[in-house]
Amino acid sequence: MDLKLKVWRQDNADDVGRFEEYQAHDISPDMSFLEMLDVVNEGLIGSGKEPIAFDSDCREGICGSCSMVINGTAHGGQKGTTACQLHMRHFSDGMTITIEPWRATAFPVHRDLVVDRTAFDRIQQKGGFISVRTGSVPDANAIPVPKDESDLAMDAAQCIGCGACVAACKNASAMLFVAAKISHLSLVPQGQPERERRALAMVKQMDDEGFGNCTVTGSCEAVCPKEISLDFIARMNREYGRALIKKGTI
Amino acid sequence: MNLDAKIPSGPMAQKWDKHQFDLKLVNPANKRKYEVIVVGSGLAGASAAATLAELGYNVKCFCFQDSPRRAHSIAAQGGINAAKNYQNDGDSVHRLFYDTVKGGDYRSREANVHRLAQVSVNIIDQCAAQGVPFAREYGGLLANRSFGGAQVSRTFYARGQTGQQLLLGAYSSLSRQIGLGKVQMFPRTEMLDVVLVDGHAKGIVVRDMVSGEISRHSAHAVVLATGGYGNAFFLSTNAMGSNVTASFRAYKRGAAFANPCYTQIHPTCIPVSGEHQSKLTLMSESLRNDGRVWVPKSQAVAEKIRKGELKASDVAEGDRDYYLERKYPSFGNLVPRDVASRNAKEACDEGRGVVGSGLGVYLDFEDAIKRLGEGAVRERYGNLFDMYEKITGSNAYQNPMTIFPAVHYTMGGLWVDYNLMSNVPGLYVVGEANFSDHGANRLGASALMQGLADGYFVLPYTIGQYLAEVGPDDRTDTNSAEFVGTEETVRAQIDKLLSIKGKRTPTSFHRELGQIMWDKCGMARSKAGLEAAIKKIPELRAEFWDNLNVPGENGSLNQSLEQAGRVADFLEFGELMCRDALQREESCGGHFREEHQTPEGEAKRDDENFSFVGAWEYKGENQTPELHKENLVYEEVKMTQRSYK
Ligand SMILES: Cc1cc2nc3c(=O)[nH]c(=O)nc-3n(C[C@H](O)[C@H](O)[C@H](O)COP(=O)(O)OP(=O)(O)OC[C@H]3O[C@@H](n4cnc5c(N)ncnc54)[C@H](O)[C@@H]3O)c2cc1C
Ligand code: SF4
Ligand code: FES
Repeated sequence: MDLKLKVWRQDNADDVGRFEEYQAHDISPDMSFLEMLDVVNEGLIGSGKEPIAFDSDCREGICGSCSMVINGTAHGGQKGTTACQLHMRHFSDGMTITIEPWRATAFPVHRDLVVDRTAFDRIQQKGGFISVRTGSVPDANAIPVPKDESDLAMDAAQCIGCGACVAACKNASAMLFVAAKISHLSLVPQGQPERERRALAMVKQMDDEGFGNCTVTGSCEAVCPKEISLDFIARMNREYGRALIKKGTI
Repeated sequence: MNLDAKIPSGPMAQKWDKHQFDLKLVNPANKRKYEVIVVGSGLAGASAAATLAELGYNVKCFCFQDSPRRAHSIAAQGGINAAKNYQNDGDSVHRLFYDTVKGGDYRSREANVHRLAQVSVNIIDQCAAQGVPFAREYGGLLANRSFGGAQVSRTFYARGQTGQQLLLGAYSSLSRQIGLGKVQMFPRTEMLDVVLVDGHAKGIVVRDMVSGEISRHSAHAVVLATGGYGNAFFLSTNAMGSNVTASFRAYKRGAAFANPCYTQIHPTCIPVSGEHQSKLTLMSESLRNDGRVWVPKSQAVAEKIRKGELKASDVAEGDRDYYLERKYPSFGNLVPRDVASRNAKEACDEGRGVVGSGLGVYLDFEDAIKRLGEGAVRERYGNLFDMYEKITGSNAYQNPMTIFPAVHYTMGGLWVDYNLMSNVPGLYVVGEANFSDHGANRLGASALMQGLADGYFVLPYTIGQYLAEVGPDDRTDTNSAEFVGTEETVRAQIDKLLSIKGKRTPTSFHRELGQIMWDKCGMARSKAGLEAAIKKIPELRAEFWDNLNVPGENGSLNQSLEQAGRVADFLEFGELMCRDALQREESCGGHFREEHQTPEGEAKRDDENFSFVGAWEYKGENQTPELHKENLVYEEVKMTQRSYK
């Protein structure tokens, strides 16, 4: 099939950026979306132009590198699918496809579709861990974890840190991402000792990074490639409230 | 070249304990006077960086992704081995050690493998304490599954995302240390050379991948945790960015490269769908626990399937050949990877392949679904089935999967001694980047184990010896001639890549190299084929340096430039792989030389002449490298022909 692409091009963080149009010819339905972009890029280089910069690494939907808004939807709108796992069989001949980077104040653009997501790392550094030193731990089976709780923790822990939730949210809120981590660690017994500290510290850093507030529109859940449930945001709010009470703030 | 493995004396089971006692310690108050560079943030790098920082060292950690959490380890699916014997099925440290040495086809170093098996139990404790949500039984205890090459159930897992969960565990420890200021993290930063001062590794030169800025970093020791080189084949299950650059540039500075020809071809990957293919996707080996591999008995039936005239379900039970169960009754579908891969190739070579290209066999879950119910199968493999459907458009609960072998893992790597130090003093290598534990073939679920063993439990001890010896004052100013000179070499290469302005893209060269490697140095290798490759690769390399087109400049984010640098290294490294494969006149593990097989087509080792580690020394541009040998001595395990019948 042949397609028309409207792609956001921006040379660096200071550049204002613009859309440019390209043709994609002979696209096979078995290609992934990123393989389609590879083909376009080979053509661009061949004609002496710079290729479209975009992040990708695993191309298996697990590393969370790929990050682009396709026709207005983060990752392209296939349920539970990252851009790298989206296949061209879901597009049809002659279509126009618009491709943009994640847009959020806390995710400045480095170039074209590549953005800076280090804000996520800084949130993790404030509390997204259980403080255990290497070697200073009990036998693994000494801490039984009920299967249901462990499964629920795993549902949250699956977050790949891609940032689509932020890109989809009209407030650019990072609540789903932060909720996933806080929920994972508060659900398992190992995470109990730091439960309150963690919730307070991560939420504070999230606010400091300039992410917006959550108004529970659910657009994050809709685009999340790991289908992280909105329920975790409710859980995180409870965790946060609980921490404030314990601290005596309210 | 000094290849002293420094294996401690004494009985096998006591070597590591004894060695830990014999190692010099760094005084706790002095640790903060030392700086260690860790390149890589995968399981090996993140665990090493976090643990070194916990001990009190100052650490600088580098990775090329935008976050340490995205290192390629994230993609591991199936699980991690440990000799916990939680299943009470007869497992032990000795059995895991034995299985790993045998699985590696008697080409690994016994003492290293024994230590690996010993610390495997600590890894699970460590990860569970970090909150890694491993699969559990209803009683709340940890669940296990079986993996290829073992008859006990010792693999721990977190759904089909074990690597992700383990890496996020290590990343959380790393993040904690970054927050505490003990680790300085440099994401989107690529190491382009290692700096040697008086023969010791004392720093690195890196490029900031956003601004293009080149900078020098000095330290008391350098740790490479930069992963494997499977992308020499262009198509592999490795992430797009995985590369050999860090290891290869260290090799060019004098570090020996061991067993580069040992590559693992994984039997269960999604077959190639066309020319556009940018990478291949693994379907976890754990699927072979419940999936049955088969092709039609007859070529005629297979041909009808290829043409779309028949479906798998149309083939009667009696007309199917479950060839692994037939040929290897005691291991069945769980034979090690090299055996499963070669048999798939053989079935397809016989014209019994079941996908359009002829290169694919079935992996069928019909029996498992009947036996366990679809729910239980979904519980175990749900995300893998989903991924399969996304890529192929086919539902594996209803139709069997089609699979074909693909390059997956590289057992070879920089040579290291028992302390994980290369022959360059101060240069340590951990994880997939070193050669040490898997011999000629790695067992499933053992790479995660090795990466974390190296990073959490081995390197943090052994590096102390070197640091104590050199002392805290042994640090070189980055304005020294060595640092400045190395930076100049790096800049010269970048300028050269940008100045050619020819006609071909980096990808086109990479793809062409990959095809040569797959054809001549892939699942089956021969003298004639390897010699042809050794002639062809330098020609391709010459064309690369004459006709490459890298648009743009150095001073900005330039993905073509990054890729060109990596392809340049692969173009030299591929030749080294072929030379090593040519030198090794035997078949062992993943290295199968057509000239050396038993009458039944199984790999035929030559223990008398080839039970050595082949370590290559760089001799200069376009010079033939020199082979050095570390002889392998087996005290504990008796070498036999591997049999999975
Ligand atoms: C699809 C897949 C599934 C797998 N499943 C399993 C499994 O179930 N069980 C198992 O045991 N093993 C599995 N493996 C193998 C295992 O995942 C890897 O061997 C292991 O994770 C490697 O870890 P590592 O830390 O050595 O390297 P990696 O995780 O590859 O990390 C390399 C790091 O080095 C950095 N780096 C590399 N070069 C440079 C440079 N020049 N400059 C700066 N940074 C650099 C990267 O940014 C990255 O942080 C699987 C592998 C694949 C491909
Ligand atoms: S919550 Fe979902 S969308 Fe947000 S970062 Fe995690 S995986 Fe991505
Ligand atoms: S490239 Fe890894 S999730 Fe898309």
